[in-house]
Amino acid sequence: MTASNLTASNEAEPNEAEPNEVGQTISRKQLNLDDLRGRLARPGGPAYWRSLDELAGTEEFEAMLHREFPEQASEWSDGVSRRNFLKLMGASLAFGGLSNCTIQPEEKIVPWVRAPENLIPGKPLYYATAMTLGGVGTGVLVESHMGRPTKIEGNPEHPSSLGGTDAITQASILDLYDPDRATAVKNAGRIATWGGFLQNLDQELTLQRSQKGKGLRILTETVGSPTLGQQLSFLLEEFPEARWHQYEPAARDNVRTGAALAFGEPVNTYFDVAKADVILSLDADIFNSGAGSVRYARDYAARRRLRNGESELNRLYVVETSPSSTGSIADHRLALDSAAIEAFALALAGKLGVKLENSPEQPSYDDRAGWIDALAADLRNAGAASLVVVGDQQAPILHALGHAINQSLGNIGTTVHYTDPLEVDPVDESRSMHELVASMLADEVEVLIIVGGNPVFDAPGDLDFTEAMEHVGFRAQLSFYENETSERCHWHVPQSHYLEAWSDIRAYDSTASIVQPLIQPLYNSKSAHELIGAMIGQAGLPIRDILREYWQQETFADDFDEFWVRALHDGLLADMAFDRRRVRLRSPIKISREFGRPRGDDKFELAMRPDPLIWDGRFVNNGWLQETPKPITKLTWDNAALMSPTTAERMGVDNEQVIDLTLPGRSALAPVWIVPGQADGVITVQLGYGRRVTGRVGTGAGFDAGPLRTSAQMWGARDLKVIKTYDRHPLACTQDHHSMEDRHLVRHADLDHYRHHPDFAQHETHESPASLTLYNTNEFSSTTGNAWGMAIDLNACIGCNACAVACQAENNIPIVGKEEVLNGREMAWIRVDRYYTDLDDPEIFHQPMPCQQCENAPCELVCPVGATTHSEEGLNDMAYNRCVGTRYCSNNCPYKVRRFNFFQYADRDTPSLKLQRNPDVTVRSRGVMEKCTYCTQRINAVRITAKKRGTPILDGEIKTACEQACPTEAIVFGNILDAESRVTDWKASSRNYGILTDLNTRPRTTYLARVRNPNPAIDKG
Amino acid sequence: MPQIFGRSFNWFANVSIVGGIAVASLLLGILLNINRLDYVSQVGVPKSQPVPFSHKHHVAGLGIDCRYCHTTVEETAFAGIPPTETCMSCHSLIWTEAPMLEPVRASFRDNTPLHWTRIHDLPDFAYFRHDIHVSQGIGCQTCHGNVDAMPLMAKAQTLNMEWCLECHRAPEKFIRPREEVFNMKWVPPHDQTAAGLALVKEYQVQTSQLTDCSVCHL
Repeated sequence: MTASNLTASNEAEPNEAEPNEVGQTISRKQLNLDDLRGRLARPGGPAYWRSLDELAGTEEFEAMLHREFPEQASEWSDGVSRRNFLKLMGASLAFGGLSNCTIQPEEKIVPWVRAPENLIPGKPLYYATAMTLGGVGTGVLVESHMGRPTKIEGNPEHPSSLGGTDAITQASILDLYDPDRATAVKNAGRIATWGGFLQNLDQELTLQRSQKGKGLRILTETVGSPTLGQQLSFLLEEFPEARWHQYEPAARDNVRTGAALAFGEPVNTYFDVAKADVILSLDADIFNSGAGSVRYARDYAARRRLRNGESELNRLYVVETSPSSTGSIADHRLALDSAAIEAFALALAGKLGVKLENSPEQPSYDDRAGWIDALAADLRNAGAASLVVVGDQQAPILHALGHAINQSLGNIGTTVHYTDPLEVDPVDESRSMHELVASMLADEVEVLIIVGGNPVFDAPGDLDFTEAMEHVGFRAQLSFYENETSERCHWHVPQSHYLEAWSDIRAYDSTASIVQPLIQPLYNSKSAHELIGAMIGQAGLPIRDILREYWQQETFADDFDEFWVRALHDGLLADMAFDRRRVRLRSPIKISREFGRPRGDDKFELAMRPDPLIWDGRFVNNGWLQETPKPITKLTWDNAALMSPTTAERMGVDNEQVIDLTLPGRSALAPVWIVPGQADGVITVQLGYGRRVTGRVGTGAGFDAGPLRTSAQMWGARDLKVIKTYDRHPLACTQDHHSMEDRHLVRHADLDHYRHHPDFAQHETHESPASLTLYNTNEFSSTTGNAWGMAIDLNACIGCNACAVACQAENNIPIVGKEEVLNGREMAWIRVDRYYTDLDDPEIFHQPMPCQQCENAPCELVCPVGATTHSEEGLNDMAYNRCVGTRYCSNNCPYKVRRFNFFQYADRDTPSLKLQRNPDVTVRSRGVMEKCTYCTQRINAVRITAKKRGTPILDGEIKTACEQACPTEAIVFGNILDAESRVTDWKASSRNYGILTDLNTRPRTTYLARVRNPNPAIDKG
Repeated sequence: MPQIFGRSFNWFANVSIVGGIAVASLLLGILLNINRLDYVSQVGVPKSQPVPFSHKHHVAGLGIDCRYCHTTVEETAFAGIPPTETCMSCHSLIWTEAPMLEPVRASFRDNTPLHWTRIHDLPDFAYFRHDIHVSQGIGCQTCHGNVDAMPLMAKAQTLNMEWCLECHRAPEKFIRPREEVFNMKWVPPHDQTAAGLALVKEYQVQTSQLTDCSVCHL
């Protein structure tokens, strides 16, 4: 959807007869929410449901389900008509017969002239490096096949990862090979050279040098690289009157300002979640976004295991505006708008005895849910083992309040730690941008160097950055893509990917890492170090040497070479983290008058958030992230205006209806998506979509929420008005696809119930005793000593989708595009299903669904050509080259985990994409069924290693891609015949259950039921 | 009204039924067997190479072990084609002027690799690994034939799936002691099946698993 076609149809005329942009989707009717509530309240009503359409049981929904594959499945909406398609099919059939009788075409083998050491064809190598996002690093290991990086894993030795990753990190490898990335230096849109750029830049700098750099401005994103910081400080020494500005749209300004309010300096705060018994999150999605989230999620989940008779859990309270991954796994979740969150925090702080300097008219918090007393008591009882976390987008004063509460609970030093700032120069970035724009408008700027970022697109809407830029005589930009800003720069230099260039970075807890490249730049790209280096006389100097020089000054290591090699090998610089800081709270905390002021009843609140997958828009051209369903909404390829059912009802709008979000002087058009669990009256939108200048993937995806931002209101506004339009914009939500009807798939209990009935999950469905079966159960046993199985702990899954993206990278899974997703043809081998229990205040459950590898598999029986068969060790094998595409197997699969290549989804032509592919997995072609195989290529590789070694496969030696990526270790894979293996241990848990086992499918994938730990003092009813 | 088909046409009908069946069987037979033809599988057909490298001379004549050149055969899927440097380790000292070896010297001099033509080319959906076969007692000669007698390299087996399965179904027929894997002169004992079964047991070859699709097709 582009902004223009939205505007064009923005007329208050009902136009229902207008054909849908995309054909075969469920057309959503106006839902009657009262009726839905009635259905839920009725005894015997559905316990868990996934979408409003499913709950309502609309005819369209039923019809779509029962078709299995939507109508006109052979029609590709991409311009290939049925007739053309049949012609092509006919031709390929004819030639298909012939191809057997020809001699294979000749292939060449090209050996080395001089073979390098350690590089064995077919054996991947792993290198430690770090990925930077928002100025903070995450340690990763990168798999490299013959010099091609192919897959990213977490670095088990790095504290920010411990082996886990998030979806964005997993997908970042695709950017490296993106055919749409900037590939050449450009001058006024024409291909030029780096040398030409330097020449031009030199002329400008010579002029600037004569006036001490008065007209020189550098605009970077948040700089977390110590060495780049040093280079910039050299630059400022050389040009003393030049200015360095920092800006990125998802900057953590409020966190820094909040720390400065509380302590007088913008210290870095990090948490030890593992030590926390009681956690309160104030609109912080700490487990799925922002610095340290991967580590926090792991530490949290480690306390939810209930292993070996454990019966204690930590407890998580989440107060938030829009449901997040963190909120979805909370023991108690409260949906409040931002004013109420502030009032809530204030009331809690008062209860906990935090010293406040209150303004006289402080709004009181209406504690309808009865939380404050119970929560305060719970936090206080936990003593120093409690933790209060405030979201990055919350007001600075709320952060200060959070610090004060943590201090009064005694958490400093146990669950909360402080260090020096991670950023080289922790500035208020929106103010920094403001100053830059002001000086540009005042014609003080002659040379503007933009290092990364896209300010024309994402600078706050009230600053006319585009206009201000025109006042600058020389504008150059270094960026990964040619974007809205590049268009308006005289020079554009392509930026190197982090796997192509040297750098360094600090992680959430200030652990320093070297960012080491795995490959020479694919194109003529440069890093920020090279660009800034060129401005301070370091042109042509290897960046590695500059880094070495910097760290040689920092370290006290006796043997620097050894220190350096170890740092590269381990992925972190030993003993280079900052010392923990002691800080003094500035007490009392001054609460301003504006704090917690409720909005008027006629207004709505607008909450802006970075998108959980495409972040601030930098990943908008990443197809994997675009097609990965968002953790809660399960939307793909779009952002939307999220609102609660009650708000939608009040407004009289429906899913996919386009509304006009209006703030004084600015507005944006957005499609509605109703989200149970959203705070009433709050409309949440995600940033980063609606890009005008980007690659083929990102173009036309979503709407631009940027114009709604102002530098005073970066994350929300409380005076939003909404104007309905009668336009509709189809949204590709995957949650209706592959429905499994109303069966007891997710199971959960409260801790108290669990203590009395540990095996509650095994009694939710009626199952026939095993002895009743006519099957010979011996036929399922393995003679090799290995029988593969998987267990997934629903207590640990946060629904982040890292597993799904990891699977996509490992198994060469193609993306299909929005239209095909709307047709229900997404290819993900593992999906994460999301279930709700209630319409207004739901509990939310996540359930990862890979192939269940049934021992008694329904799919295998119906294949007419034996393309899917059972392996000795219990896998449902899929032989692609044998499949003729009848799709019987998929029809017969009760779990709906098989995926069919309706078209040639895998891109076989783009050369750069071929480099990313895993050479151990077939790239599937059109007409072939595919599915999860428990990463059979990884099983084979380890089996062969073990055979050559002569000992059995060790537990944990094989990790499936999903298991390896999971930040919370919610997935375990192993040998169920090995009594000592983790998977056997998990499956022996009283929480273990299989789904649809009453069909006697005997799934090898089982689940551990979720156990919540609610506070008995808070009455949910 | 005269009949269109006279009585004599019965003869034609009978013949056409029998003939039809015969022709159909013939076509089917051709289709099924065409891939077994040496012409299609290219068994025994040498291909043009940048240098007419003789395995016969290097293996039988000079007694060089397979692994001197094919270094990764025990480590990974790909047996390895030697870098030019390996050739030059000898040929910088002997036959230094031989015109036949000019491409090798040129490659080393100009740092441009040699482009050999692949003889044993499996389809891309079959994931064959040398290392496991060598370590489980399958000799080089079992698949590659008597390389030591080939002046120019050519395929000795069809490499069709049915040929793979001959061994995957009954490895005892082909397995040999590990220490004989690289021996080109090894002759199977008279009681190969019995000796083979003992080796299958000793090497823990899981015959039950060898015909799983996912063992070769990933």
